[in-house]
Amino acid sequence: MIQHLVDGILVGSFLSLGAIGLTMAMHILRFANFSHAELLSIGAYCALVFDKVFESLLPVLAEKIGPLSMTGALAISIVLSMAVTGLSAVLIDRFVFQRVRQKGEELSMVFASFGMALIIRNVIGLIFGLSGELYSSDIAFAMVLSRDPMLLVKPDQVFVLIAALVLMVLLHLILSRTTFGFSLRAVAENPNLAQVHGVNLKRMIAAVWIIGGGLGAVAGIFYGLSYQITPVMGRDLVLPIFAATIVGGIGSVYGAVLGGFIVGIASNMALVVLPSGYSPSVPFLMILAVLLVRPNGLFGEARV
Amino acid sequence: MPDTLLTVDAVTAGYVQDLPILRDVSMNVERAKLTVIIGPNGAGKSTLIKAVVGLLSISKGTVKAEGKDITGLSPDRMTDAGISYVPQTDNVFRTLKIQQNLDLALQKQANAAEKLAELYDRFPVLADKRREKAGSLSGGQRQFLAVAMALAANPSLILMDEPSAGLSPKAAEEVLDLVKQLTGQGVTILLVEQNVKQALKRADHCYVLAEGRNQIDGPAAELLEDPALGRIYLGGERRVPA
Amino acid sequence: MIGVISYLVFFATVAAILGIAVLGLNLQWGNTGLFNGGVVASFGAGAYGTLILGGTPQEGHLGGFELFYPLALLGGMAFSGVLAWVVGKLTLRLRHDYLAIATFGVAVAFENVMRNATSVTGGAQGIRGFERPLRDFLGSGFAYNLVFLIAVVVVLAGVYVFLERLTVSPFGRLLRAIREDETAARSLGKAPDKLRLTAFVTGSVIIGLAGGLYSTFYAFVSPQDVLPILTFQIWAMLIVGGAGNNKGAMAGAFLIWGAWTFSGWALSRFAPIEAQLYTGSIQFVLIGMVIVGMLLWRPQGLFPERLVVSQPGGGSREKTQAEGLT
Repeated sequence: MIQHLVDGILVGSFLSLGAIGLTMAMHILRFANFSHAELLSIGAYCALVFDKVFESLLPVLAEKIGPLSMTGALAISIVLSMAVTGLSAVLIDRFVFQRVRQKGEELSMVFASFGMALIIRNVIGLIFGLSGELYSSDIAFAMVLSRDPMLLVKPDQVFVLIAALVLMVLLHLILSRTTFGFSLRAVAENPNLAQVHGVNLKRMIAAVWIIGGGLGAVAGIFYGLSYQITPVMGRDLVLPIFAATIVGGIGSVYGAVLGGFIVGIASNMALVVLPSGYSPSVPFLMILAVLLVRPNGLFGEARV
Repeated sequence: MPDTLLTVDAVTAGYVQDLPILRDVSMNVERAKLTVIIGPNGAGKSTLIKAVVGLLSISKGTVKAEGKDITGLSPDRMTDAGISYVPQTDNVFRTLKIQQNLDLALQKQANAAEKLAELYDRFPVLADKRREKAGSLSGGQRQFLAVAMALAANPSLILMDEPSAGLSPKAAEEVLDLVKQLTGQGVTILLVEQNVKQALKRADHCYVLAEGRNQIDGPAAELLEDPALGRIYLGGERRVPA
Repeated sequence: MIGVISYLVFFATVAAILGIAVLGLNLQWGNTGLFNGGVVASFGAGAYGTLILGGTPQEGHLGGFELFYPLALLGGMAFSGVLAWVVGKLTLRLRHDYLAIATFGVAVAFENVMRNATSVTGGAQGIRGFERPLRDFLGSGFAYNLVFLIAVVVVLAGVYVFLERLTVSPFGRLLRAIREDETAARSLGKAPDKLRLTAFVTGSVIIGLAGGLYSTFYAFVSPQDVLPILTFQIWAMLIVGGAGNNKGAMAGAFLIWGAWTFSGWALSRFAPIEAQLYTGSIQFVLIGMVIVGMLLWRPQGLFPERLVVSQPGGGSREKTQAEGLT
């Protein structure tokens, strides 16, 4: 039971990171982006490539950091992968979503995002193969935090949780302390008014994709550290991430953070009562429950 | 020779292609004067100022500010051209604090800190509530914040869309007095108002629009007495907006 | 020769069944502007429902009610309708993203439950023990397949006529009105949510009918038949055919199913052995490219509808702009 709770919090940390970018894009661009979870895959595979490159260029970076299975090479790769994934998100928007947006209605954007998800996922599969990959093939030993009740935590998981929280605090500071952050929130609330106060809409949209892509990349890498990297990880994560945005209220960054943890915890706790085969259905049940009880989520505003 | 700041020349514009709301509307706004646009509902008053600030595309005609062609300039470049715009509703960011609203409006200013102090001096009520969300302000206070945000960009011209709408008579007068006071300090203002009598009392010049076209225009004091105005706009029954 | 004809009959049957599903989706998306991200759940509900109700008793899973075939098919359609009603009821009054996400969620959960609830659905093994109707009479060879094809084409034509009538009926005009301008329709005293729910459920029932015919044709259904790719294929058919256009929808079904079958055959025939494992991925990329490419370069489809008002993207673009400004 307590093990499920702890695992759920850890899952929640990368769901939250994924959901933040998704909820921001949904709020500002007003469409449900079903290819958002593919950014997690792009990030995870980018880091895999960078990691291999750095390890072979500078063997010293292949050393593990403390008790973690993470190496110096991977640490640098995370940062680079964030940049590349953010850039990919901007490019995907430029070449696909922006053009569909100018041409059609919101519904076309949703269809286009499904199409993009299908393309990205399968191109990754064609490049890297369909089987899973690991950043490190060494077995990471779990630390026994308690024997009764049995509670195991891997050092990597602790790192993932702390790093995720640090990123969230950083984002909070940007949104609440900088004029760049105010501009982002202003665009989300009222794009026309933001524009007449001198905010460049195109630049803000690019910023949303960079933030979404960057955080998504971290989420994907952390998922890869906790499980393994596969071409279908986006397919498996898209529903939990959407559930997190709905639980938190579409458009609310803080809601997405909380929603991610709630969905992560609930999915793991559900395993206490449900056979594990049913866990892919849990996010859907949570969406249904939220729509029944509180359709606009924890922090969401009603908006048609 | 009048000193014209803004020239609108035969502008045709609308929300939908081939369905213009404004047809061949022309207008001159004199420097440091209060020019008011009045007209019945649906006359195209708000449409005109949205077209001027680039929120609507202009299909024909030109807009010039300080002699420079600003037709079709994107809205986020308007403050650079010295033009600020105060929309009728949703004119502040409700989810941001008052201070954050002002910081946002000041972000391109070199002397932002000084300017902020100045604005707080002018609007003490905003200084008192600087840490509160703009959504918590009363109607009149919200208009003050919107005007303060418009002033933040050091504009030579402010376009205002019915700043007195939805306010109590007392708050409405306060806001219109502020508008008048600003022109006294050298800011040029183009104002759309439903509150005809109050606006004309304070304005220098007035344009009347109906059905998307220019009707009459002239010095505000003269128009106040003009029977033609009653025919076009007031139609016998004088409707005082709440 | 007989081999080719018998293959063509087989191909045409599946394409016509998918055509019925595309027509159902067209009612939802083309005519009403509703996003169904879980076409496969409606399809699967019809497929599973029909076999469970109409099959012979089997060890290990629910079913074997041996209902008279038309009743079993109706039951499958009803199952599909109920599922759509629940999702629609919860989401149609919210902004459109919710319907997209919830319907997608239904599809994920549906496949998941079919795979795991072995005692009800046969789990990964699927549902067996279904006797195709009139088999004693027609045998199970070419003659049966030909009659089945004729039956499916008749149903397709029936659904087409039904939807064409519906589109010009007062109900269809209301759907268009809501689609074009919801506020105006609301101010006329129409209840858009209710109408949309009706259209959504009706569309899903039609997709459920297609699912029922599909599982009847194979006398078998398993979780492999309700994978998300089916949703994407059916979308691609509608996008290629042109949303809002029933004739185009049917043409799109044959075109895309033809392209899919052909690409699968070509890849298995000509691709090197090492690449055989990846034929699925290549086909998925192609479907994704068809969807994105059409939306980018020909959003009105290959066979655009004559009536300008109902094209998604025509007319409504200006509307969203106007909304953004008020």
